[in-house]
Amino acid sequence: MEPSLETSIGQIHLKRPVMLASGILGISLDVFNRLYRSGAGAVVTKSLSTEPWEGYPNPTIFSVKGGGWINAVGLSNPGAPNFAKMIEPNKDVPIIVSLVGSIPGDFEMMVKQFENCKVTAYELNLSCPHVAKVGLEVGDDPELVKKIVTAVKNTTNVPVIAKVGLGTTHYLETVGTAIESGIDAITAINTVRAMAIDTETQRPILSNKFGGLSGTPIKPIALRCVYEISSKYDIPIIGCGGISTWEDAIEFFLAGASGIQLGSAIGDNWIQVFDEINDGIIQYMKRKEFSTIKEMVGLAKKS
Amino acid sequence: MQRNHNHPTIVTIEKVIDETPTVRTLVFSDEIMSDVLPGQFAMVWIPGINELPMSVMISKDSGKAAFTVRKHGPASTGLFNIKKGEQIGIRGPYGNSFDLKEGRLLLVGGGTGLVPMMRLLTFVKPTDDVTVLIGAKTKDEVFFEKLANELLEKNPHKVIVSTDDGSYGEKGFVTDLVEKLVNETKFDGIYTCGPEVMMYKTVQSAHSRGLFVQASLERMMKCGVGICGSCCVGEDLVCRDGTVFDGEHLSKNKEFGYFHRNKAGILENY
Ligand SMILES: Cc1cc2nc3c(=O)[nH]c(=O)nc-3n(C[C@H](O)[C@H](O)[C@H](O)COP(=O)(O)OP(=O)(O)OC[C@H]3O[C@@H](n4cnc5c(N)ncnc54)[C@H](O)[C@@H]3O)c2cc1C
Ligand SMILES: Cc1cc2nc3c(=O)[nH]c(=O)nc-3n(C[C@H](O)[C@H](O)[C@H](O)COP(=O)(O)O)c2cc1C
Ligand code: FES
Repeated sequence: MEPSLETSIGQIHLKRPVMLASGILGISLDVFNRLYRSGAGAVVTKSLSTEPWEGYPNPTIFSVKGGGWINAVGLSNPGAPNFAKMIEPNKDVPIIVSLVGSIPGDFEMMVKQFENCKVTAYELNLSCPHVAKVGLEVGDDPELVKKIVTAVKNTTNVPVIAKVGLGTTHYLETVGTAIESGIDAITAINTVRAMAIDTETQRPILSNKFGGLSGTPIKPIALRCVYEISSKYDIPIIGCGGISTWEDAIEFFLAGASGIQLGSAIGDNWIQVFDEINDGIIQYMKRKEFSTIKEMVGLAKKS
Repeated sequence: MQRNHNHPTIVTIEKVIDETPTVRTLVFSDEIMSDVLPGQFAMVWIPGINELPMSVMISKDSGKAAFTVRKHGPASTGLFNIKKGEQIGIRGPYGNSFDLKEGRLLLVGGGTGLVPMMRLLTFVKPTDDVTVLIGAKTKDEVFFEKLANELLEKNPHKVIVSTDDGSYGEKGFVTDLVEKLVNETKFDGIYTCGPEVMMYKTVQSAHSRGLFVQASLERMMKCGVGICGSCCVGEDLVCRDGTVFDGEHLSKNKEFGYFHRNKAGILENY
């Protein structure tokens, strides 16, 4: 029998385990449809705010010579109300709506915008490292995390994911707080705060000076975080950070992730990366005689 | 070490040419940019100011390339004001290019959309019969007319200028000329770059008559590599799937000619 790519991340059921990470290619339903057709199991939207945001001026993205990207797009997005209208016609694509805000009320207001949309889950961005008063600054404040997660859980029955990253508060503490407040799953990790300076002109390159490092250089860090979270807590995990091949995907399953997300690999290998990874996973499962993703999740912890 | 196309390379501006009161060409040395294909673009970093997508302009000297920029908002004004000896960063080239047909060719360019048209002219065969239409608002804003004639010296050719106010060349919109020409001549290839409404009408005139037509699109660009999503038109990403699209493909796109996205990604009407 052909192995199955189906996976469940708690109450979230997907036909394929590789998702589009938040902030990548995500502002049009047409593009979401195309990515779904190209093998993505679900798409995560750009992190949406209560109002439209233009983001930072360019340069907003920088390619690191040895591999990887540093971005400070500044969470540019059309705002939750505009975006909800845009995805209202959606029928086919599992869409995970990513939200960013500073207070519980922001999140409540935004979740209400999506009442008429087909939403597979919400992902709370508690980890963007380069925009003030949201993202990591929220994730670093356990009291606020508790209030926000509780507020969102009280507003919707749709599963809620918390996306954590490397901040000043240990991410394991943030995960613990989110679980106590009723979170359904965890995405780990976001980008890692970084910068780049041009030696010729002797200036920081990004207009915001600091940005988030993503892509292959952060994969070992992300993998470690997934392993640590799954060792400490019993919570469904989505692995994210530097995934670009099927081997990377398998590593994350073995570390304890039931699903994965990728972004930067699209910049490197374009949209066919989803199908390539799906095919590689299937071949590996055949060779190792796994019939479901679930059988692989967390296996590396046994040895 | 091999150059990473996505990493900015710093180049020094060697020459600044005033084309019109609001348009300048900046020349620099770079082997890779000197032989890019027509339609390809670079992301241009103006240190301390911004980074913008720019079509790569030709230069007559080997190993050199250029950008031709119109002063508009803060970013393009920053590039416009760069002086000889100052440095900018470039990454790329990005994007696909025009499919070169042979025979009777029609090139329709408006404003700085003429840049990829000029590069295309360096690829035509001596046997091609080439018509270039240059659209401008007014006499002061006409540029590259002389250059187009020079590049086509060995070809049977026509370079026709039209101005909206009739202060130079033919009076009216360049798209009226397109409509007239496609009625008279069965062109083998039609190429256009410029304001989107101009491209839309050109594509319609050509495509409705079954003629091969391609347009090079412009959208808000941040990454240039297909990550940020800001340049989408329908399901296409201009930086990665384009910038050049066929008339056949464009005629099915619901956004081309009608909407573009602002910096926050909200659809706005043209
Ligand atoms: C592939 C491509 C090739 C281009 N080639 C040329 C060229 O050869 N010469 C030339 O003068 N211009 C070219 N442009 C247009 C140029 O990139 C800018 O859009 C234009 O100069 C206005 O920028 P601004 O920052 O001064 O305007 P602003 O005042 O900042 O913005 C006005 C409008 O300009 C557009 N714009 C601003 N920033 C960007 C951006 N990063 N990407 C795309 N659009 C933007 C938006 O529509 C915006 O609403 C090209 C654009 C693209 C996408
Ligand atoms: C251009 C860009 C924009 C991003 N925007 C967001 C965002 O809006 N919200 C968010 O939670 N993460 C955002 N991220 C982080 C990614 O979702 C992801 O966590 C990170 O890039 C690591 O995965 P990768 O190495 O596969 O890219 C962004 C990343 C990039 C490169
Ligand atoms: S400019 Fe970022 S996807 Fe095209």
